Amino acid sequence: MGLIDLFQKTRETSMEMKPQEDDTVKVVKCKGCGAELKAYVYGKNLYVCPHCGRYGRLLARTRIRQIADKDSFEELYANLAPADPINFPGYAEKTAELAEKVGMSDAVKTGVCRIGGVETCIGVMDSHFMMASMGSVVGEKLTRLFEYATEKSLPVVIFTCSGGARMQEGMFSLLQMAKVSAAARRHSDAGLLYITVLTDPTTGGVTASFAMLGDIILAEPRTTIGFAGRRVIEGTIGQTLPDDFQSSEFLLSHGFCDKIVPRNQLRETLETILKLHCGPKAKKWQVRRHG
Amino acid sequence: MANRTASEKMRIIHDTKRPMLSDYIEELFDDFVELHGDRYFADDHAIMAGIGYFNGTPVTVIGHRKGRTIEQNMDANFGMANPEGYRKALRLAHQAEKFHRPVINFVDTSGAYPGAGAEERGQGEAIARCLYEFIELKTPVVSIVTGEGGSGGALALAVADRVLMLENAIYSVVSPRACASILWKDPKREGEAAEALRLTAQDLYEFGMIEGIVPEGQTNAQLIRNVGRALRDQLAELSAEQDIDILLQKRYEKFRKIGVFRQINQEENEGV
Repeated sequence: MGLIDLFQKTRETSMEMKPQEDDTVKVVKCKGCGAELKAYVYGKNLYVCPHCGRYGRLLARTRIRQIADKDSFEELYANLAPADPINFPGYAEKTAELAEKVGMSDAVKTGVCRIGGVETCIGVMDSHFMMASMGSVVGEKLTRLFEYATEKSLPVVIFTCSGGARMQEGMFSLLQMAKVSAAARRHSDAGLLYITVLTDPTTGGVTASFAMLGDIILAEPRTTIGFAGRRVIEGTIGQTLPDDFQSSEFLLSHGFCDKIVPRNQLRETLETILKLHCGPKAKKWQVRRHG
Repeated sequence: MANRTASEKMRIIHDTKRPMLSDYIEELFDDFVELHGDRYFADDHAIMAGIGYFNGTPVTVIGHRKGRTIEQNMDANFGMANPEGYRKALRLAHQAEKFHRPVINFVDTSGAYPGAGAEERGQGEAIARCLYEFIELKTPVVSIVTGEGGSGGALALAVADRVLMLENAIYSVVSPRACASILWKDPKREGEAAEALRLTAQDLYEFGMIEGIVPEGQTNAQLIRNVGRALRDQLAELSAEQDIDILLQKRYEKFRKIGVFRQINQEENEGV
């Protein structure tokens, strides 16, 4: 192995961490088919491999750039960072290291933006930070986002992905499921729109809370979405599960998501749905009771 | 007894002689009528629910069911509910709301069932819906964790005005065994994980996540009496609150306040 190979290895690792923003990387290897892609071509194609169609996992800020109207995103609650509520071995070091590496203090970015001109609260989870597991910070930021949206009468769009609850925060993480769901409920009771977009992978406690509570649930194609882990289920039933088990297509056919939307149509699909609820032509049908 | 380790507590709560849902119902509720089915798919025997009198007041009782014998446990799926179990719970919670009955939940499960059918029928959605509905249920809700509070499958029945735990009960985001095998690739370190996760009643009380710890006493009869007394006291306090909006606001705030995080400078966060 020569020096060049070593160098390429490093490049591949850094691609894994942040495929979207490392200018020094000119060539990316698709993890699906192994094709070598020019980084800017891959980026132009929204990080979908043009050869095999594999979807790359996005950094939260890349997702926002793909979805929000240009320069419309204003970040909220960026000043929240993880603590170590139960002094779990290695946790503080792990989060500090990732904050440096990923450039986010925790696994979700929240804020306000416009999508097709419609003012929208947006939350984007980022699998590069501890597989977007939900601890106190993720729970708090999303709860504040729902509360802000309720106060300002704005719709909420959340891009979910998560390995589940963050066990290093013990029960603090489990109870975030109830906290975020409660805030989503209040937002809903105010008659406001909540859209979830399920991205790869959405599992565990996030699936069992706000991911499944959208008025409209969209999903990217071939995304893993489920509650229990695949291997756990295989262990329980003593059988190998089919490939498409817990995929977005599986969810659609079982009635648990509204629509599978390819990445290059997500923006306009969201825009259409948002406008139907909050655009200039959106009006509420007036129902009057007699007597 | 306060200095029992988490692992010792886990051994105690797995003792099959310990009271289980059917014992609590037998001893604490009069004229209990069990009600079945979610009205969509099936009747899940891992969740037992019904109506009866508690100290003379009609209530709805919902809980995880386990068994003593292997047959009973197979029938109850070892207390691991499928989506239809959570949907049955929710149906009866809404019924309680309609008839202005308080709801008492008994939590004792290692977790929601990780099966293929459970995923097909939306285990995640079923649990999410419980969180979404119990938080706004317009009637008092008291939950008690009597043994194992296993993750989302337990939380589904523990969004309540008051959450109590028995002295030796545990309530955890993940089973210590799974935690040890995921984080340390070594399931044998489960004892260590059990300590690290801070999952005992005493831990949760200290964190402000539960409202009370119920002492277990020396005998099962004493334990059940203590549970009855604790539930009675909590319901008495809740029924003093006549305004449902205040009750719901307090329930919201109880969950809203949970979380520990730091505030940092924004620049520090922007990174590269």
